[in-house]
Amino acid sequence: MDRILFGDNQFFGVNHMSEEKARQQAARFQDLQAIIDVLDIVYEEGIRVFMCTTQDRMVDVCEHFRQQKHRYPGFKFYPCMPYAHKYANAVTEYGLLGALQRFLPSSSKFAAMWKGSVSVAKRDVEGIAQILIDSEMNMFRGLETPVIFLQNVVCDLLLGLGYKDGFRIFADHVRRKYNAEAGFITMNLPRLLDVLDELGVDNPIICSNINKIGFRMCGGIDLYEKTIATRKFRPIAMSVLASGALRPREAIEYVARQKKIESIVFGASSRANIKQTKQLINELSAAN
Amino acid sequence: MIRAALVGLGKMGLSHLAILRTHPEIDVVAVCDTFGMLVNGLNKYTGLKTYNDFDEMLDKEPLDAVLIATPSRFHGAMVKQALDKNLHVFCEKPFCLDVAEGRELAGLARTKGVVSQVGYHYRFLGTFIEAKRLLASKLIGKVHHIRAEAYGPVVLRPKGMTWRSSKAEGGGCLYDYACHAIDLVSFLHAVPNRVEGTILNKVFSTDVDDEVYATFFFPDGATGQLAANWSDESFRKMSMQITIWGTNGRMRIDRQEIQIYLKEESDSSAGFRRGWNTHYTTELTEPVWYYLRGEEYSMQIDHFARCIKDRNHLPVSSFETALQTDIVLNKMIEDASIVRAIDDTNEGASPSRFKKVPKRGIAASFKRLLRRP
Repeated sequence: MDRILFGDNQFFGVNHMSEEKARQQAARFQDLQAIIDVLDIVYEEGIRVFMCTTQDRMVDVCEHFRQQKHRYPGFKFYPCMPYAHKYANAVTEYGLLGALQRFLPSSSKFAAMWKGSVSVAKRDVEGIAQILIDSEMNMFRGLETPVIFLQNVVCDLLLGLGYKDGFRIFADHVRRKYNAEAGFITMNLPRLLDVLDELGVDNPIICSNINKIGFRMCGGIDLYEKTIATRKFRPIAMSVLASGALRPREAIEYVARQKKIESIVFGASSRANIKQTKQLINELSAAN
Repeated sequence: MIRAALVGLGKMGLSHLAILRTHPEIDVVAVCDTFGMLVNGLNKYTGLKTYNDFDEMLDKEPLDAVLIATPSRFHGAMVKQALDKNLHVFCEKPFCLDVAEGRELAGLARTKGVVSQVGYHYRFLGTFIEAKRLLASKLIGKVHHIRAEAYGPVVLRPKGMTWRSSKAEGGGCLYDYACHAIDLVSFLHAVPNRVEGTILNKVFSTDVDDEVYATFFFPDGATGQLAANWSDESFRKMSMQITIWGTNGRMRIDRQEIQIYLKEESDSSAGFRRGWNTHYTTELTEPVWYYLRGEEYSMQIDHFARCIKDRNHLPVSSFETALQTDIVLNKMIEDASIVRAIDDTNEGASPSRFKKVPKRGIAASFKRLLRRP
């Protein structure tokens, strides 16, 4: 994996610190071109991975990168799925079954089964999951997606429920169908790693909050540090700045000191911030 | 270990289940729902014992506690069954659609000496907990007005297929969004003792309200206004904000930050300066053992477990406090049916210039007009 990954929260009105800032960002990036302009800067600065949720607006971003593929050699996407709000809102509006029906493509054999006999489908959770993954991946067709992530709400829901098979279903399907590695995003790193170890997932890619103040690092900062230092997995650090609670230098220094952290994902909206963050990561990674 | 069962595996139920199963002092012994595919799947893939009949689950499983996350109209009867078995009960919000039933159940829980909690999770958010502390310290002086706002994207089209779109089942913005705002106002300041000017308006729904507005009066003379709208697409998810005006400044709180404007520094303003002060959730949030969607969901479950362990029968969000919220909701429904017309023929007769008139047909209004000199 690349050392530096570019994230997408700023584009889609996600800000864990301020609703007002989130709104301003959503307004700034409501036109596709505003997003593309920032991604162009990211590319010019030498960052080659865009780690993004599979929300509806990404359809147009992907279309741009497909059409202009010659301009972005080596550029890769790390999709994070599913975009949970899309499903949560649908469940509120249509109920669990209704939401599922809506998201299964009407041409699929399962859609037909729903209408006919639910009992046929009820045992095939794996089949339904595969169709949902495929429908999320459709927007990335023709683009490079070497790592595909299970997003944290679903990952941590499965983890809590004890639905361990879900992780295997996801990993198997993205490997077989997309020749990609599965990644897992979580707020509960040590607990997830225990389960992935138990399932025999070797050297998994896990993205989690890793920051100096221990913000949203369930199990505690000490256990995180120990887990990272001693266990076999490929850690990606997100929320390194703890949603802006930390100054960039001390934030990145903390992460760079932990040798086994493979990648750092960050988001920014201006050339200056993108440049500065990238330089800091390079400088502090070399120094540690 | 607390032996617990959960009934209702919708969005909240599944989320509760995931949190419950990770809690070190809770053993989830069974779950119950009527959605066969889900129940079978859970049983097959997680090994959980499952039921599709609540009575049967209560009869067969030796339990200490039950969590009820079914659609609102089932709450009353299920809470009663659980209390009859002397179980500690955590019930999703709103507590009871019927206030008389809610009062009886709150009384029964008290008599039985069990822990009763309702899922008003905003009471467990770091920012609101801190705001309550600061208000109690009189940081912004004497509170004279509170504005509670809740907006989000639930019903954005003229259709709806779930219980949330059915009035009889406890659907609507009032029971889904406004109740959180009212409960939070009661938590932060006081329960309003009078409500006026309630508007329960449909935007897209046919059976339930999509927007709710009301004016509150508090026992200490403060007033409040509520605005809730679940048909607002400009929000990515539910957004709650409370703004409070006091004699020494203003406080604005949402899940992520507290902004405080102080007129003057005083003994109680340690750490705060004159003018603007902002505190963020990153400084105010206590770590939880397990995170799913927000610390508050884990904290409320942990609080329930602690109350059971400590035999503390006064949880932060109890049947008693939720009943108060239900009472306000009921008053609002009553209030919304009163028509207050501006009657310009009677100026001076009524101090407010607004006169309550009963709802009548167009014909009656027309007759009144004809009777005028």
